[in-house]
Amino acid sequence: MSEVKTIATRESYGKTLAELGAENPNIVVLDADLAGSTKTAMFGKVFPERHINCGIAEGNMMSVAAGLAASGKTVFASSFAMFASGRAYEQIRNSIGYPHLNVKIGASHAGISVGEDGATHQCNEDFAIMRSIPGMVVICPSDDVEAKAAVRAAAEYDGPVYLRLGRLAVPVFNDPENYKFEMGKGVVMKEGTDVSIFATGLEVNEALRAAKLLEADGINAEVINIHTIKPLDKEIVAASAKKTGKVVTVEEHSIIGGLGSAVCEALAETIPTPVLRIGVNDVFGESGPAKALIAKYGLDSESIYKKVKAYLGK
Amino acid sequence: MEILELQKVANEVRKGIVASTHSAKAGHPGGSLSAADILTYLYFEEMNIDPKDDKNPDRDRFVLSKGHAAPALYSVLAQRGFFPVEDLTTLRHIGSYLQGHPCMNIPGVDMSTGSLGQGVSAAVGMAIAGKLDKKDYTVFALLGDGEIQEGQVWEAAMLAGHRKLDNLIVIVDNNGLQIDGNIADVNSPYPIDKKFEAFNFEVINLEDGHDFVQIAESIKKAKAVVGKPVAIIAKTVKGKGVSFMENQVGWHGVAPNDEQCAAALAELEGGAR
Repeated sequence: MSEVKTIATRESYGKTLAELGAENPNIVVLDADLAGSTKTAMFGKVFPERHINCGIAEGNMMSVAAGLAASGKTVFASSFAMFASGRAYEQIRNSIGYPHLNVKIGASHAGISVGEDGATHQCNEDFAIMRSIPGMVVICPSDDVEAKAAVRAAAEYDGPVYLRLGRLAVPVFNDPENYKFEMGKGVVMKEGTDVSIFATGLEVNEALRAAKLLEADGINAEVINIHTIKPLDKEIVAASAKKTGKVVTVEEHSIIGGLGSAVCEALAETIPTPVLRIGVNDVFGESGPAKALIAKYGLDSESIYKKVKAYLGK
Repeated sequence: MEILELQKVANEVRKGIVASTHSAKAGHPGGSLSAADILTYLYFEEMNIDPKDDKNPDRDRFVLSKGHAAPALYSVLAQRGFFPVEDLTTLRHIGSYLQGHPCMNIPGVDMSTGSLGQGVSAAVGMAIAGKLDKKDYTVFALLGDGEIQEGQVWEAAMLAGHRKLDNLIVIVDNNGLQIDGNIADVNSPYPIDKKFEAFNFEVINLEDGHDFVQIAESIKKAKAVVGKPVAIIAKTVKGKGVSFMENQVGWHGVAPNDEQCAAALAELEGGAR
C-alpha cells in the first residue's frame, strides 16, 4: 500500500513564495519573528533584501505592508493566525482593507492543530473576523496542491487576501496534474444524495474519510470543498442543499462566524435548510498533540461520521 | 518661496480649514490650524510633487498620520492645485470625495489614515520601498502629540531606527492638547525628543512650528541627516491663527458655527499673522 504524502500548507506557502519571488521582483514578504515557522524564511533565504522581518510587532507590520503596497509592491505579510488576524485586526481593516491595498495575509498555524502551544496560540475566530471586512478574500486551502495554487492565485489577484495555513502536515489528495484553483468556486469532491457536507481546510480530507465510513452504512454523502470562505460559492451551496435537503459544515474553527455561519447565511436567503455545524463548539482550545486535539474536539473523520449519522437519525 | 508668500498661502490654507469645517458642521479645526504652516512649507517649498502627476513613483510622499487634520491637508492640496478650492466646502458631505479622514483616492493623498498610529507605520513601509527601489524620495509623516500615546507609533519607530531609514522624516505636531485635556495631564508622552532619540532617531527640536524661518532650518537639517530617520518635534499652538481657538481644548473636534466662522474669517482676512 502506498504511503500518503503529508505536507503542511505552511510549507506549500513558503515554497511557492520563493518561486514567486524569482518570477516577480515586486514581491516583498514580511514576517514578525516567525519566519522559521511560517516558512517565509524560504523566500528570505533566496531574496534577503525583499524579506522584511518586522520583529514582534504585528500591528506595525500590517500598516508597513500597506505602505509597501501603496508603493507598488505585491506584499505577503505573515504571522500566526492569532496574531495576524487578531492582534492586527484593526490595521488590516483600516490600513489594508479600507483602501483595498494589495496585501496578502499569510496566516499560519491556524486552528487547534497548532497543538502544544495551547489556547492563546490557537485561533478559531479568524474566518469570522476576516470575512466581515469588506473586500477581503478569505481562502483556506485543503492540501499542498491546493495551497500552492491558492498562493499563486492570491499573488495574481489585485487586492487583500487572507490565506489560512496550517502547522500540521496533512495528506495530499488533490491531483497535482489536473488541479485548477478557481477563487470563489467550491469543488465537488464526491457526489452524493443523502447529505451535503461542506468542509474547508484539513477538514476536507477528514470529511472524505467520513464519507467512506458513511457509505459502508449505506449513506451516500456529497462532499464539497469550500476553499474560498469569502466570496462564498452560494450557487454550489444552494444546489447541493436543494438536492439533499440536509446540510453539514465542517471547519477547524468556531461554529460561530466561520464556514458554518456563511453557509447558513447563504441558505437562509435561498433555500432555508437545517444545518449541522461541526467545528470548535465556542470553547477555547488547549495544549496537546495536534491529531489528538482534532479528535478530542470532534473534528476527525470518526467524529464527523458519528455526528452525521446521528444527525440523519440513522 | 519668500517668507511673506508662504505666510499668505498659509493664511489661505487657514481660511479653507475654517470654511470647510463650518460647511461640514463637523471636523477638527484645532489640530488642523496647528499644522497649517508646516504643511504649507512642505507642499509649497520642500516636497518634490506635481499636481499634474500625483502618482509619480519618484515623488516625495506625505502621510498625515494625525488623519483628523484632513481639513488642513485638503486645504493645502487645493491651494497647491490638486483639486478645486471650491470643493473644500463639500468636506464630510455625503457623496463627497473629501471624506472626514484622508482617502488614497483623493488626488495628492498618499495614504488613507484616520486611525491613529497607522499612518506612521505606512510611512515606514514607503520608506522601506524607497530603499528597496534605490529611489531618492523622502517620506514625511505628521503625527499628533496625543497620537504618540499609541503603541504602534513606537513599533514603527523601532523598525525605522533599526533599519536606519534616513529617507523618513517624522514631524510631531506638539500643540500640547488632546481631546480630554492637556497631554501632560491625560497620559504624558514627555519628554518626546528623548523618546525618539532612544529609538535611534536624529531629533530636531523646532521651537516655533509657525515660524517659516525655523521650519525651513529644521527641514534643511533633517534632510542632511544620513544613516538615521529624523524626528522633528514642532512646538505649535492648537487653533493657531484664530484668536478664540488658540490653545483651547474645546476646539479639537468642533466646527465653528456661522458666527464663529465669520469672526474667524474676518481675522484671517486681516492678513497673515
